[in-house]
Amino acid sequence: MMNRRNFNKLLGAGLVAAAAPKIVTPALADDVLKVGFVYFGPVGDFGWTYQHDVGRQDIVKKFGDKVKTTYVENVPESADAERVIANLAAKGHKLIFTTSFGYMDPTIKAAKRFPKTYFEHCAGYKLASNVSVYEARFYEGRYVQGVIAGMMSKTGVAGYIASIPIPEVIMGMNAFLLGMRSVNPTAKLKFIMVNTWYDPGKEGDAAKALIDQGCDIVTQHTDSTAPLQVYAQRGIKGFGEATDMLKFAPTAQLTASVNNWGPYYVKRVQDVIDGTWKSANTWGGLASGMLEMAPYHNMPDNVVAAAKATEEGIKSGKIVIFKGPLKDQKGIAKSTEGVVLDDGSISSMDWLVEGVVGDLPK
Amino acid sequence: MDETSIGWWGVPLAIFAGAIRISTPFLFVSLGEMVTEKSGRINLGLEGTLIMGAMSAYGIAYLTGSPWLGVLVAGLVGTIFGMLHAGICSLPKVNDIAVGIALMLFGTGLAFYLGKPLVQPQAPNLPSFNFGWWSDLQQVQSALKINALFIIGVVLAPVFLWALRNTRWGLILRIVGDSSDAARAMGYSPLAVRLVATAFGGFMAGVGGSFLSLYYPGSWNEGLSSGQGITAVALVIFARWNPMNCLWASLLFGGASALGPALQSVGVTQGYYLFNAAPYVLTLLILILSSSSHRHIAGAPGELSVTR
Repeated sequence: MMNRRNFNKLLGAGLVAAAAPKIVTPALADDVLKVGFVYFGPVGDFGWTYQHDVGRQDIVKKFGDKVKTTYVENVPESADAERVIANLAAKGHKLIFTTSFGYMDPTIKAAKRFPKTYFEHCAGYKLASNVSVYEARFYEGRYVQGVIAGMMSKTGVAGYIASIPIPEVIMGMNAFLLGMRSVNPTAKLKFIMVNTWYDPGKEGDAAKALIDQGCDIVTQHTDSTAPLQVYAQRGIKGFGEATDMLKFAPTAQLTASVNNWGPYYVKRVQDVIDGTWKSANTWGGLASGMLEMAPYHNMPDNVVAAAKATEEGIKSGKIVIFKGPLKDQKGIAKSTEGVVLDDGSISSMDWLVEGVVGDLPK
Repeated sequence: MDETSIGWWGVPLAIFAGAIRISTPFLFVSLGEMVTEKSGRINLGLEGTLIMGAMSAYGIAYLTGSPWLGVLVAGLVGTIFGMLHAGICSLPKVNDIAVGIALMLFGTGLAFYLGKPLVQPQAPNLPSFNFGWWSDLQQVQSALKINALFIIGVVLAPVFLWALRNTRWGLILRIVGDSSDAARAMGYSPLAVRLVATAFGGFMAGVGGSFLSLYYPGSWNEGLSSGQGITAVALVIFARWNPMNCLWASLLFGGASALGPALQSVGVTQGYYLFNAAPYVLTLLILILSSSSHRHIAGAPGELSVTR
């Protein structure tokens, strides 16, 4: 299928507004559950969308002929999205997963038009009687990465290629540095906002700039493999994003936080089949398996052991990441001794912890 | 500052390295497009050609293990696209801009379609020369790692300038571009000359694309180009159809692109959206400052539809 999102980027939506992703679904018997997926990127992005598609394939593996899955890739986060979602519902898809933050309002609107269809929106916060939201606690993986960085970094300064200043990214930076400081209390984190989720050239430039400023471990909150390739060239270490990127940088990737949507997708399909589907807000982390750490490489055994212990600690609840005392960059207390931030405070986080260098763009 | 950090020195260094690294695809595409436009035709399809070049270079380099073979094939694929553009434009009453847009969409779509299986494999990259051996600083060494294609581009720019001014071929190209009637009267076929010029422009754009997939960022994926092909076409007008100016314009654009991340890394976060837009702001500024309503754009080929 052609990549319309990129056409839009090139030409402005106006020129190609008429172009619409094609959906081809053969006629099916009534007892087959049809499940639809709306993807932001191409299935082959080897990152965010790729992992969602792995989840879709898990459904196919588990249910075989009982379900029929359809996906539409490269759907822009615009008014077009609602049409694509509604189109899937009109074609008889009973359960539809919309897998990007920007599909939030289009999903809610489509859900009003199709009250008998179940919708699952990833990374949003608007619920309805037939709309659930789900998201992974990516920050847990960042904390594990931070612990590794704290033990591996010689300069005590790590770098973070951030995409845009939203809570999702900010909590990732904070968790990373908290993990790093749990082993090296004076560690620092420098960051660059690249203002994109996917632009290999820009991401690579940011990686170079951070390394030039003395960061000897860098992690990225963007989707391409370009930063890892820069780490490898410059002989430093870093992490993969969303998926195991080891083969792109066999000498540089320490581990990666891998989004594992499969178990959740399988469960929700089962719920629809059983008639037990209910609107819910799911925020799963390492414990529920929605987030996994890729195999540990390029680090000494004691670091592997510490990383694994951290992972277990988060799973068992022994390690609580956003637990007081927490101070922001100016030293103002955000939480006192032993007080744990609730999910609401985490998901609306707009401050950086002490030790992060640089201001958030206002 | 710790000893491994170079602080503010990172900014000029990043601009220098960015000028070289980011400019290379701009340089190749704009040099090729300059030749095409000199013949009196504009090819907007080079974005598609660039992406086709990137995809085919990556595929060939992966299959054969030779990045240079990939560069060559990218050029040949670009030539085919250029000939396609020229061929369609040879038909009567065909608008070259519309054909260009159609070919841009076609090339991009075809490359994504054919390139699906190439996202995951790793192809060998083009070599680079290390001019930073004299320095102990890793940062300097990295900035002075200069890729072979850039050096070729830098050599080509003055050669093009000389060839346009001093060779028979350059003269014919300019005649066709300035007045097809005059060219016909002298016995030259404007269509044939434009075919060659557009095919050559396609070749250069294909090679420019191979830089993206085989050197920097050095992988194949659908978001690889961020509009370099179309920007390069604009750079030609900006460069007033002069090959040396194409080089300077590409360098300027590349350096300005590196400004955003470099400034952020030393702690300048105020107005970072503006820094990221620096190359575009700069282009606009120079265009406005250098434009004049009193005379025809200097150096513009007379037959070019956008300047007529």
